[in-house]
Parts: sequence; C-alpha cells; structure tokens
Amino acid sequence: MTDLHSAALIAVMALVTMALRFLPFLIFRNRETPKYIAYLGRVLPYAIMGMLVVYCLRGVSFAAVGSWLPALISCALVVALHLWKRNTLISIIGGTVCYMVLVQMVF
Amino acid sequence: MLDMKKQLIKTAFVASLPVMAGYLVLGTGFGILLQSKGYGLLWAMAMSVFIYAGSMQYLAVDLLSGGASLITAALTTLMVNARHLFYGVSMIDKYKNTGRHKPYLIFALTDETYSLNCGGAPEGVEDPGRYYFLVSLFNQCYWVIGSALGSLLGTVLPFSTEGIDFSLTALFVTVFVEQWKSSKDHVPALIGVASAVLCLLVFGMDNFLIPTMFLITLALTAYKKKEGSRHD
Repeated sequence: MTDLHSAALIAVMALVTMALRFLPFLIFRNRETPKYIAYLGRVLPYAIMGMLVVYCLRGVSFAAVGSWLPALISCALVVALHLWKRNTLISIIGGTVCYMVLVQMVF
Repeated sequence: MLDMKKQLIKTAFVASLPVMAGYLVLGTGFGILLQSKGYGLLWAMAMSVFIYAGSMQYLAVDLLSGGASLITAALTTLMVNARHLFYGVSMIDKYKNTGRHKPYLIFALTDETYSLNCGGAPEGVEDPGRYYFLVSLFNQCYWVIGSALGSLLGTVLPFSTEGIDFSLTALFVTVFVEQWKSSKDHVPALIGVASAVLCLLVFGMDNFLIPTMFLITLALTAYKKKEGSRHD
C-alpha cells in the first residue's frame, strides 16, 4: 500500500469520526434542547454502557470453554473487585491480568 | 487565582487517572499492533492525534495493512463510531456555554472521556468548561503517549501480550457497575444489555451495533411514555 493511500484512509476515518461527534451539537446549537432529547441524554449513558459491555464480549464463543470461561471469570472478578474496592484502576488491572494469565497459561 | 487554576488542574488530573491506565495500556497495544504491520511511530501518533477513537483505531490497523478502499473505511467508521452521535446528544446541555473549549471538547469526546464527563464536574468547580477541557486533554495525551510507547516497544517485549485487549472490556464493565450503583432505575441499563444481546443473536457480531442503537432508542422512548403516564 502506498503511503498516500494510507494517509487518505486515516484522513477519511478522522473526518467521519469528527462528523459524528459534531453533528448533534450543530443540529441543536441555537435552540433549547427538546424535552425528548434531554430525556434520551439522561438515560442513554446507562443503556449505551450496557451495549458496550456486550460489544466487547461479542467475540466470545460458547462452543469453546477456552473462550467463554476466561471471559466469564475475569468479568466476575472485575465486578467483585469494583463492588469491594470501588477503585477503577484496581478493577481494570486485576481483571486484565487475570484474563491474560487464564488465556496464556490455563486454557 | 493561580492557586485555583492549579487546584483545577489537579482535580481534573485525579479524575482522569482511571482512564490513564486504560489508555496507556490500550494505546500501547495499538502501537504494538500497528508496528507489527510495518507502520511506525509517526503513523501511530498521527492516528492517535487525528482519529482518536480507540476501538476504531484497532480496526484501522486491518484497513491500512489490507489496503481497504476509502468507501470501506468511511462506512466502517460510520458503523463503529455511530454511538458517538448518542454521546453528543447526551452532552449538549453539559457542554453548553463552554466557550472556546467547546470545539476540542466535542472533537475529543471518546467513550472514556464521555464516561468521565457525563457525570458532570465535581462540586465546587467554578469553570466546568475548563475542567472538562483538561480531563479531555489529559486523556488524549495518555492515548498518544501509549501509542508512541507501543510503537517503540514494538518487537522487544519480553512477554506475551495476548489477552491485553481485555482491558477495554474491564473498563466498560467497571463503568457499568459504577452507573448501576449510582442509579435507582436500572431499566435503561437492562434495556441496553438486552437490546445488544438480542441484536447480536439476530444480526451477528459484525453488524449488530446499528440495529442495537435503533432498538435502544425505541425501547427508551416506550419506557418514557410509560413513565410519563404514571406521573400524570
């Protein structure tokens, strides 16, 4: 692949990402945010975070124990750690190290 | 005055710490991956400065090395990053009146920055716009530094990094638990999970994000109607 094409690909991805981020602000710029939109803004974060968790786990296969068990154990550990310490860093690092050890050494 | 500015920088820095770990690790992973396909430091940094979207940049490594067409790149970005439309919608009020900081705040609205700023600025912060700006800027610095580190580390790592991508999952699970604890109404969170699982089963793992977002919007709208009639 030529460098020029690679640079063009990066430019396209940057522009589309930017467009998606700016669009809502441009549409609702000079008027009161409609009630319905404000409601969505309030409840969407909860729903989207749920969606992103599923998105991250989308590749997990229930046909292979080596795929779903490490993910399940590590997610459970993240939840447990977070309920216990409520420290984001500890939860993330604990869960990730657990997952890496499981997929590299156990399964 | 100077003390207050310092205090604000400190407050924003502490707030950004959870993302620091995630971004340094994920950024490093991205740099390593990109380096392994023959794209070095400058490419990694350019992507992290201009695209600045975590999961999209991981995908971009494949698109670049495979020589994808511009149309494919545009559509893939549209699909993977469409959720940012929702982030924007839910930040319209918070980012109102943020003045000169606003363009960068919108540009830098990633999943993680969103998860930090959607809760608002902490009590006692007099200039929320500047606070959001500092949090956003710190986050992008971590991401760029991580990418550069990964690119440099490249092939010299003494251990296998297999499974390191789980840090993204762990981050979202953590935010999910945090939100669950902070809200009495769990219906929106459950709507998100249920819609995603349903669409994943129906549309498959490559195409389920867009339908999920439609379904979430529909379900939340129906839920508001029900809530509204109860209060009337």
